[in-house]
Amino acid sequence: MGSRMNNLVTWIDARFPMTKMWEEHLSKYYAPKNFNFWYFFGSLALLVLVLQIVTGIFLAMHYKPDGERAFASVEYIMRDVPWGWLMRYLHSTGSSMFFVVVYLHMLRGLMYGSYKNPRELIWLFGMIIYVCLMAAAFTGYLLPWGQMSYWGAQVIINLFDTVPIIGPDLSLWIRGDYVVADATLNRFYALHVAALPLVLLGLVVMHILALHEVGSNNPDGIEIKQHKGADGTPLDGIPFHPYYTVKDIVGVGVFMIIFMAIVFYAPELGGLFLEHDNFTPANPLVTPEHIKPVWYFTPYYAILRAIPPLPLVDQFSGVFVMGAAIVVLFFLPWIDRSEVKSIRYRGTAFKLNLAMFAITFVVLAYLGMSPAEPVLVLLAQIFTVLYFLFFVLLYLISKSETGVQVPDRVTWQ
Amino acid sequence: MAEQGADPTRRRFLTATASAVGGAGVAVGAIPFILSMQPSARAQAAGAPVEADISKLEDGQLLIFEWRGQPVWIVRRGSESLASLRAVEEKLADPESERQQQPDYARNDHRSINPEVMVLVGICTHLGCSPKYRPELAPADLGADWQGGFFCPCHGSKFDLAGRVYAGVPAPTNLVVPPHKYLSDTRILIGVDGETA
Repeated sequence: MGSRMNNLVTWIDARFPMTKMWEEHLSKYYAPKNFNFWYFFGSLALLVLVLQIVTGIFLAMHYKPDGERAFASVEYIMRDVPWGWLMRYLHSTGSSMFFVVVYLHMLRGLMYGSYKNPRELIWLFGMIIYVCLMAAAFTGYLLPWGQMSYWGAQVIINLFDTVPIIGPDLSLWIRGDYVVADATLNRFYALHVAALPLVLLGLVVMHILALHEVGSNNPDGIEIKQHKGADGTPLDGIPFHPYYTVKDIVGVGVFMIIFMAIVFYAPELGGLFLEHDNFTPANPLVTPEHIKPVWYFTPYYAILRAIPPLPLVDQFSGVFVMGAAIVVLFFLPWIDRSEVKSIRYRGTAFKLNLAMFAITFVVLAYLGMSPAEPVLVLLAQIFTVLYFLFFVLLYLISKSETGVQVPDRVTWQ
Repeated sequence: MAEQGADPTRRRFLTATASAVGGAGVAVGAIPFILSMQPSARAQAAGAPVEADISKLEDGQLLIFEWRGQPVWIVRRGSESLASLRAVEEKLADPESERQQQPDYARNDHRSINPEVMVLVGICTHLGCSPKYRPELAPADLGADWQGGFFCPCHGSKFDLAGRVYAGVPAPTNLVVPPHKYLSDTRILIGVDGETA
């Protein structure tokens, strides 16, 4: 039996690099032995991506991308399709949890300098994944065709309207109609179920290939490849499989307990994951009292609202600054000029700056959910300045930073 | 075929021309895909003019009609409302309607053909929400100076009863007056320009 199995593997390996890939990416991929819990979020993001694809396929079997029938078909999934409610709540909770793990994953990168030389491309692929994820979330949010779906899309597509000169034609082209309509819903469905998942999968492959080419960073920010044993493998590295596959299963266990608790007991999460206004069918003639995007977009929404319209460009000023808030993240590997990667060995100024940035992001998220009252808009303006100040300070601080001596080998208790 | 010293210049030329021609082909080939996302003939036909009957519209009332999927408001303004237009003028961003947000025949003090009847596209010029009609005087939430008008709950933009935007709110321009003409005293056709001003 054993030898038959071996024969089959040999037969396949002569035709497809099965064993080679297994070894390169799992059994002989040496990851630093000092990963802490922050390193769960990459594999958790992959888990949620798979979950979104699987639940999405089953939802697509019952959903109707049609302005007349979309809302009813979602209610049909919720009430009449066996286990349909579970598919939908897994998918809707999955989209929010996707952003939770991705934001934590990105914060991990900021803390440990994972975007620094030689991992700039990993960061760039990751940023493109993030932008695609936002597009996937935005197109997906229109599909239930509720009031918030409809007016959220109306507001966001109108952002393109503000682009000088080509704006009106551009937003007309995106909508395929003079207002958000059946044509918009249909094309968003195509993007959401085919185009964006394909692009996302391809980018994830590139993200991981680039990571495995240079090797993983770690909480000490030291290159483990600089100290290799006699067998040519890093002394501070352990094979990803079985060590980290097993460890990640623990992370998956904890994550799924939280995830399923939300799915079963609070799928709307008090209007944070599924907004109350979205249980009313889309009505082009009546705007809900208070339009707000889902929580993961609200930091940028707060920035958008904080910027007053300027002469000549009108409200494009806000759109421009909001776009800049995302674009600036792409340049992090070059804004941060410090040789030291990990926060453990960096100066106090960097630590305070990063802590302030994390707080700013959360405060902006909160402000973006709140009504646009004058006091809150003023707060949003202050925190918009603080958001960009992080990058300016980072550039200045990191030039000549005095921290703690970086150890030669990874620390491990 | 013998490997007789390949000519790198010829190779580079052939690679460059093949890439350029291929690139142009892809660019041209992409045009139909991009254009297919424009409004279809059916969507354009649905943008045809809409007839509005205002014979039952009373003073201070607002009727909503749908044109191109957008709400179009028709409001009948009494003499007090018309007087308020002048009272708020100094608080407005563009009281003279200098920006092209209306057809020429609606570029006047009251932004309408018939002073009493206001026709507006009910979409905020900020980010496309539909403002609320707030005709009452000095309500608690809008302040003692409020003379009646439209208030957008999304981002707090304010407009007067002629759809003119207040200064210092997110919306940059006055509400749009759609092209329209009177078929009779009580019937308006929304979506086409009238011959007479």
